[in-house]
Amino acid sequence: MNNSFIAKNPSVLWFLLGLSLFTVLVSILSEAAGTALISTSFLKTLGKTLCLCLVAIAMDVVWGYCGILSLGHFAFFGIGGYAIGMWLMYDRTKDIVVTSLENNILPPTPDEITTAIGSQIFGVVGSSEFPVIWAFSHSLTLQLLAVVLVPGLLALVFGWLAFRSRVTGVYLSILTQAMTLALSLYFFQNDTGLRGNNGLSGLQNIPGLDDVSQATLSLWFFWASAFALGSGYLLFVWMTSGKFGSVIRAIRDNEARVRFLGYHVESYKLFIFTVTAMVAGVAGALYYPQAGIINPAEIAPIASIYLAVWVAIGGRGRLYGAVIGAAVVSLMSSWFTGGGAPDINLGIYVINWTDWWLVLLGLTFVAVTLFFPKGIGGLFDLLARKGKQS
Amino acid sequence: MRSALFALILVICSGPMAFAQTLQPILQTHAKEIAKPSRSSVSDALDAIAVSGLPQVTGFLEQWANKNVWQRNDGVFFIGMASGDDISLTDVDTGTTTIASKSDYKQLKPNGGVRRLIGTALVQFQLIDPDLSRRESAVASIARRPEAAQLAPLLASIEPEVDGALKARKIQLANFLSARFADDPKDRIAAINSLSSDTSVEARAVLNQILSTKAGVAKSLPDANVAATFDPMGTPDMSYLALVNADFAPAKQTQADIKAALETNIVEGRIGGFALNQMTDPTIRETAYAALAADGLVPRLITKGARDAALEDHVFFALYDEPNADITNAAQTVLKTVESRVATAQIADLTLDALSLASIFFLAAIGLAITFGVMGVINMAHGEFIMMGAYTGYVVQLFVTNYTVSLMIALPLAFAVTFAAGVVMERLVIRRLYHRPLETLLATFGISIALQQLAKNVFGTQARPLTSPDWLAGAWVFNDVIQISFIRIAIFVLALLFLGLIIYILKRTRLGLEVRAVTQNPGMASSMGINPDRINMMTFGLGSGIAGIAGVAIGLYAKVTSEMGSDYIVQSFMTVVVGGVGNVWGTLAGAAMIGFGQKGIEWLNPSNTLAAQTYMILFVILFIQFRPKGIVALKGRAAGD
Amino acid sequence: MSALLEVSGVSVSFDGFKAINNLSIQVAEPELRAIIGPNGAGKTTFMDIVTGKTKPDEGYVIWGEKSVSLLGMSESQIAQAGIGRKFQKPTVFEAQTVRENITLALKNPRKPLDLLLNRAALDTEERVRAISDEIGLSDALDQTSGALSHGQKQWLEIGMLLAQDPRLLLVDEPAAGMSAVEREKTTDILVHAAKTRAVIVVEHDMDFVRRLNCKVTVLHQGSVLAEGSLDHVTKNKDVVDVYLGR
Repeated sequence: MNNSFIAKNPSVLWFLLGLSLFTVLVSILSEAAGTALISTSFLKTLGKTLCLCLVAIAMDVVWGYCGILSLGHFAFFGIGGYAIGMWLMYDRTKDIVVTSLENNILPPTPDEITTAIGSQIFGVVGSSEFPVIWAFSHSLTLQLLAVVLVPGLLALVFGWLAFRSRVTGVYLSILTQAMTLALSLYFFQNDTGLRGNNGLSGLQNIPGLDDVSQATLSLWFFWASAFALGSGYLLFVWMTSGKFGSVIRAIRDNEARVRFLGYHVESYKLFIFTVTAMVAGVAGALYYPQAGIINPAEIAPIASIYLAVWVAIGGRGRLYGAVIGAAVVSLMSSWFTGGGAPDINLGIYVINWTDWWLVLLGLTFVAVTLFFPKGIGGLFDLLARKGKQS
Repeated sequence: MRSALFALILVICSGPMAFAQTLQPILQTHAKEIAKPSRSSVSDALDAIAVSGLPQVTGFLEQWANKNVWQRNDGVFFIGMASGDDISLTDVDTGTTTIASKSDYKQLKPNGGVRRLIGTALVQFQLIDPDLSRRESAVASIARRPEAAQLAPLLASIEPEVDGALKARKIQLANFLSARFADDPKDRIAAINSLSSDTSVEARAVLNQILSTKAGVAKSLPDANVAATFDPMGTPDMSYLALVNADFAPAKQTQADIKAALETNIVEGRIGGFALNQMTDPTIRETAYAALAADGLVPRLITKGARDAALEDHVFFALYDEPNADITNAAQTVLKTVESRVATAQIADLTLDALSLASIFFLAAIGLAITFGVMGVINMAHGEFIMMGAYTGYVVQLFVTNYTVSLMIALPLAFAVTFAAGVVMERLVIRRLYHRPLETLLATFGISIALQQLAKNVFGTQARPLTSPDWLAGAWVFNDVIQISFIRIAIFVLALLFLGLIIYILKRTRLGLEVRAVTQNPGMASSMGINPDRINMMTFGLGSGIAGIAGVAIGLYAKVTSEMGSDYIVQSFMTVVVGGVGNVWGTLAGAAMIGFGQKGIEWLNPSNTLAAQTYMILFVILFIQFRPKGIVALKGRAAGD
Repeated sequence: MSALLEVSGVSVSFDGFKAINNLSIQVAEPELRAIIGPNGAGKTTFMDIVTGKTKPDEGYVIWGEKSVSLLGMSESQIAQAGIGRKFQKPTVFEAQTVRENITLALKNPRKPLDLLLNRAALDTEERVRAISDEIGLSDALDQTSGALSHGQKQWLEIGMLLAQDPRLLLVDEPAAGMSAVEREKTTDILVHAAKTRAVIVVEHDMDFVRRLNCKVTVLHQGSVLAEGSLDHVTKNKDVVDVYLGR
């Protein structure tokens, strides 16, 4: 079966080959390997980009293949980040607190330790009590489960409500956007217990790995991200090929017809919506330790829309398109807004890219939607056609 | 009630007639207290001056308080104004002016406390001053700092008062003062009862002051006007602290106290027989402490049992500062009535708030309802059109400084600008994407980010003011509880106007007819000579233009920023979807539901507007479950896909 | 012969307009039935009700030996119970190949996990072949169905219906836009299918209905005006009035 799977999907082989080569190349050039042609901060950017590619292929499956323009998948990504961030922050703070209390004459009681950790973490929002939401933050296993389960459960409940009442098309998009707005507002509140708009920080420090340098840690995370992207790619190719893929593409094109063929359309949509939400959670959990900080602004509706932009520019309905879109647009964004791009002097006005990049991106996006609905991935079709002709 | 007041007035007015006609002798009698006044000694002098009832007293007291009274070496007082080495002197009685050398005179500089006493004495004269503004300021000063002594002069000044409004205010204030300070309890109760229909903050403050209490603790309940008794076990630690503060019990050791005591009693690495590393367990800490206490090294530990026994032994209560139970009972009853009135008024106020929020949502959403509802086109840049309208208003104000005129210019101009922007967008982008609604959503989103960043580049990131004209600046105050700003009323009126206008355009004009024709059957419409392209362009322009006007209106009460559009876009979409797509009445219903819902939730949880928004969105998501087509749903085949 | 589908006393109205008014129809298994009627007679609404797309205001729709009510079931449940529907406009999945289209319709387990774990029947390929032979698309199996001609799409859709192996086939205007040869072939397929199952054909074209040679039900203003052989109903005075009188 595996043979035929790859034979039917030759792009998988190419993609995995390319990803492996890229990973090996980056590893050799990294600081940890000693060559240091790629700085640790750029290595982190590359690792983060891989995570963004992972959430982008999840978005592509839910939108490009199943036709659900979800404006909430970046919120699931953020929830994954928060879930792992809570453990990172708790455990790291605990290490610090225990070390600092060691100097005390009396060894600390468990209560004293908890209170000290609490005031360290929640001091910024004027509290020292642990909110209920942090009940499992001491356990890596439980928080890792939460990375997958919380987005999954949220997607399951929301999807069940939305699909059951046959909300489709733009209505569904707006509803998912409303969900995302509600989530981000929820995270913004101090009452929620997630440090309000301060978010979680110091996530780049991994508890128990204090001796490992950031250069090495970053490389590990880069590998983990590459592995996750590869696995995610395989998972989604498997899901979107074969008869299951045929059904979800059919749902995208004519939902009512699929229903009259006897398929329970809602189950399929719910399955896709939930699985992609879980993958988004995993991507977020890998992304934020590399970013070091997460705050509710990351969850705002705009982020999920950008996710759709990446997929559209890359070319939806093909997984490698989503990868290309996410990688190209997010790397270009950081290049342009990070001051990497040279300003253009028009004589009367200097175009400063930190100010004008979003204008360019917005207009590019309009142009892509209007003139190249297949996105960058569409170029491969042109190449393939040319190859056949010659 | 009235007759009692008049009786008091008569008594007071007939008092001071028999005294001397000049002020200087009185001043000389109290020369020492006046020249070197202190808060305790000056009262006699002030009483004497006040009792004289002379017309020149007001002027003298005012000048004295303003440090303009000078004393000659021989002790005579003058009102003086120094200029250089000379001083211009005014006789306190005759008012004649002379110039003299400053060296023979000394300026009186009463301190703040004395000046306040002078002010109080002044009030009774100012209350009957011929100048209305002085009388008003006297009344205001009594309201600011009511004192028992002011009651009599205030009552006396009511009868001669000629200004109707001020007289009413004086009567109200006299009521407040009588309720608190009248000598006869009957008068006080009468005054308290008369407050039952007054929902003002002042009246409630008066009642609360009468009902002010002090918490206390004792072995047994004292024979006094007890407001309430408490069960100390509700908050045992707090109650015990009260006991400690009242010296009825020794202080209970905190965890920190125990820790400190343990740390100072480490003997050869052990405490009370326990090893140091056992101290991570709080129960062992207590046991070790008990061992130390047994050796007399530390005070005995107040255990939970000891604490509870001490609490059982005492009563915890609150005493009214007012000893007379009749008065506190009356005040209690009246306060309850007033509070229920206030609650009713608050609901009315909340309704007004909700109405104005609903108007804003309606204004923001109505343009969207046209483009989304009638044409089926998603315009994510709708919020940015609102922003463009607001910035148009701001730019107009830069050139036209008369705010009324600039508003008159800004409204049509904002419409024109956003109408043009809408038409351009329709022609360049949306027209190519009909029948691909999801792609329209994305393309217009691209425009939205471009416009937002463009606005940021042009106008900067900080908020720009859009100032409303003066006649819109105030608020319509119904009473202390119910009030609504004129801007919100204006927005409400604007929303109503638009509702009427849109319904008129859609139902009564040729354009509206053609719009409906194109909506229902574009093929048939075009075969009847209607140009669907033109109609779509006009509709889109109209929807966008209304967004521009909404932008000016919203900008008047909120700040104008490049991000203001995105604040409204999700809410606007929800308004349209909840209301029912393709129906102006639906948008109205949706705006009303979301506006009232949000205010309602805010009322339940007033501290947290973010939470209100969160729960409102959740509610909308659930609402869609039960009415997927919205409140005003089109039924039947037309609604199907 | 007991009825396979029994519609009785069904009414439905849209915004006050009664699209179906106290309609009662029974169909046996096997049977070929044609439903005719002028525009707005309620033919499509009748199909919507049977397939679960529209819920009637009153009345019963009873199915099969066990007399199950279809009213509480979703579209997909009704389809799985054995009712297939062909739409007026051919609605095949144009982005997918003919093979994929037929495979989608094949009577196989239909739950998401069944498909993901490939729990489909093993003879899929043979069944696809058999059906594509029947509809004459064997050579086009790997072609994108969007590239088919209009008539081919109609057949593909009929093929998908057959692949579903339903007990009741609802066919909405199958002959629309077909050439004479194509019509003949369509007639053959329907008549052949009706030998083993119930088939209801909604059609405007009288010649086509005549060729079907079956019992005819005439709908008018949402209820049954006449029922019987085509010759019988065309002699009915009411039917003549309805078709010619306006």
